[in-house]
Amino acid sequence: MVLKIFFPQCCNKADSGLLVGHWLPGQDSAVVLAVIHYPFIPGQVKQYIHQIRGQSGVDLAVLGSWSMPKEGQEGMESFLRELRTIFPQGRWLQLSREMGKIGFTCNVLPRDQNGKLVEQEKELEKVENDLEGKSGKDGRGWKNEEAGGEGKTKEEKTGEEGDKVIFVHYEQRKVMLSQLHPTDPPVPLTQSTSELRQVFGTVSQSESLFFLDKYDDSPVKLTHWQSEGREGSIIVELMKQASTPVCLLTAWILVLWTSLCNSRILNVFPLRFISSKLCSCVQLSYRTEHLQTVSSPTRATSHTDYMRKANIFMSFLLDVTLGLLLIYWLYRENRVGQLANALLPAADRVAKELEELLQWLMGAPAGLKMNRALDQVLGRFFLYHIHLWISYIHLMSPFIEMILWYVGLSACLGLTFALSLLSDIIALLTFHIYCFYVYGARLYCLKVYGLTSLWRLFRGRKWNVLRQRVDSCSYDMDQLFIGTLLFTILLFLLPTTALYYLVFTLLRMVVVMVQGVLQLTVDFINSFPLFALGLRVFRSYTLAEGVKFSVLCEEPGTPLHLMMDINPLKFSSVVQTYRTATYSCYPKDSWLALCKKLFLGELIYPWRHKTTKID
Amino acid sequence: MQNGEHFGMEDETYTDIDGKAISLECQSHSGFCREFTVSSAKVSISRVMVYTCAVWMTAYIIFFFTENTAVLSSAIIITLVGMMIHIHFVKVDHETLLVIGSLGVQVSSSYASGRESTDFIEMDKIKDIVINEAIHMQRVIYYLCILLKDPSDPSGVSSVVPLFQSSKPRLNCLVKVYRSCQEILAKC
Repeated sequence: MVLKIFFPQCCNKADSGLLVGHWLPGQDSAVVLAVIHYPFIPGQVKQYIHQIRGQSGVDLAVLGSWSMPKEGQEGMESFLRELRTIFPQGRWLQLSREMGKIGFTCNVLPRDQNGKLVEQEKELEKVENDLEGKSGKDGRGWKNEEAGGEGKTKEEKTGEEGDKVIFVHYEQRKVMLSQLHPTDPPVPLTQSTSELRQVFGTVSQSESLFFLDKYDDSPVKLTHWQSEGREGSIIVELMKQASTPVCLLTAWILVLWTSLCNSRILNVFPLRFISSKLCSCVQLSYRTEHLQTVSSPTRATSHTDYMRKANIFMSFLLDVTLGLLLIYWLYRENRVGQLANALLPAADRVAKELEELLQWLMGAPAGLKMNRALDQVLGRFFLYHIHLWISYIHLMSPFIEMILWYVGLSACLGLTFALSLLSDIIALLTFHIYCFYVYGARLYCLKVYGLTSLWRLFRGRKWNVLRQRVDSCSYDMDQLFIGTLLFTILLFLLPTTALYYLVFTLLRMVVVMVQGVLQLTVDFINSFPLFALGLRVFRSYTLAEGVKFSVLCEEPGTPLHLMMDINPLKFSSVVQTYRTATYSCYPKDSWLALCKKLFLGELIYPWRHKTTKID
Repeated sequence: MQNGEHFGMEDETYTDIDGKAISLECQSHSGFCREFTVSSAKVSISRVMVYTCAVWMTAYIIFFFTENTAVLSSAIIITLVGMMIHIHFVKVDHETLLVIGSLGVQVSSSYASGRESTDFIEMDKIKDIVINEAIHMQRVIYYLCILLKDPSDPSGVSSVVPLFQSSKPRLNCLVKVYRSCQEILAKC
């Protein structure tokens, strides 16, 4: 097996010292986290490592020694070799690098062996000490390579020892801050089997190791990514300080608001029913929930929670900004007044168009001949409704401008709220179309049921409710007579009702489409993960899909050096993973089921809101 | 010879399944790390000119009949946007396979605009690298693919990752790559 050493880039130029890191269980790899410099006292080093092990939960150990000899440090090599006896481990790594050369050299000393052995024997021993089941295969493989190596002209001794070790360089800060996707539920380090996941987990959990570095006045002097210069942002710190009181204030306001909403007065049945049907109330409650999540004083523990909070906060900010822009646009040139003035003539026009439509239906629409009596009844019934509606609108006309003005102000709560209000206003204004649709559908539905039942009677059959099937039945003479009469009447009245039903269903479909488009926009703004996308654009290393390796320029005789970069998540995966859950659902009927319902005259509610959230 | 041996184009010239010339480059960084690059033909300037001229001729003819300058500007915009999309998302310049023993296999495609899309598969997940046959339209072609292990079934294959999909080299090229890969996979 090949030994893989994950080496941080920041330690490439570190002074000689001890390597601190973690052997990955189950893999033949080691992750180097930091380098401890001279002078140190071994007892203090052991104590410090023990302390960090307890704090971080990572099984830290001294992996070996690192030597980068400078002038005046000639005795370092032998000193480093003596250290091996002080820190007894499984394997001891001796990494060394010379000035002017790029590659490292590595000696691996196995367990219970002192000093440097002849290379072949050492390799053989190392192979025998390896994990079970592989030693035989590896021994054979190694022997083949040995035999092959003897035949080769180059790549002999120095190449052989180098061949068994790979150095993987990684940038410590980026790996620490990044999150490998798909983010599974948190699994303890020892149980996950993927090597890369273990490496990422080790580095991110060892944060407490990176607090002290070689410039601090402590007994142990370390080099890691913080030694290159600590970074911090004043704005971020100030925001962190300011966020606690703001969160508490928001939480308190929200508690007041929710207690008001849940009070007995507002929970009377009609109000509750109406508020569950209106889009704006649903959107308000949804946003309240969101704000409660964001303003909770506990810190987010897992990555998913943190991203969710951040996404909700950014989406809320965007919403409010767009809402304020809308207000600015609406109120600048008194567009609200213009809108209110245009509303009344528009409603009048709609009513007039409907009246003309009904007159057309009452005549001979598209050349079809209707049953005159039924036609007149239905037509007059609907005309009276429209007349009522127009009177109502005219009654409201002096107040419309004021209502619109205040309603427009409510857009400061967010563009989504304004859009859902608009959707509700459309629903209210086209309430008569909804009523007509319901009347037409019910009439048609009754007619269809009557027809099917009487058709069965016509054929001498009956619907057996107990057995839920059609049975034959013997009717009396007068039953048959009346049944046939009714059947004929219903059959010949069918075209008239069907036509009214068709017309009003089409009108209702148009209104539903408009409302649907508004609802989709609201949904989009609600669920779009703005923070995650921003992170992907500006800090692409935090969202990692995987890694990329590139081979660093090698020198003969040194082991293989690879550079591990982070492969960021694709934009489509970012949106898919971090979409906030929304409350609306897409139509659950397929097109076929929808057509069937339309044919039978059942009432359809294509954009029903669910009470439970789905992703 | 240096540690990284370099084989350029040998006596054999490789072609893809449609007969266009491609080139294979094998680089051996160490005993268990090898890199294979298959390069397709670059964007040919004559084809670009032919397409551009065709689009602009059509636009001029339509302009001659309708006298609407929006036709001309939209033709220019369409040509530019189409070219940008083509070199950034469609045209693959070269595909690379990097096999690192006991670490994993990295598959990367590099587009004509310089964009690289990379995928790394860990050695634990790889069952084997094989040459598979497929029926593509009216003929049978060979392609190299990586078989991934099924976590629930130790001897089963959960999915297949095909390699060199844009360059589609023929069997002689694939056999060379296959033999090299198997040498490394056998070692670890």
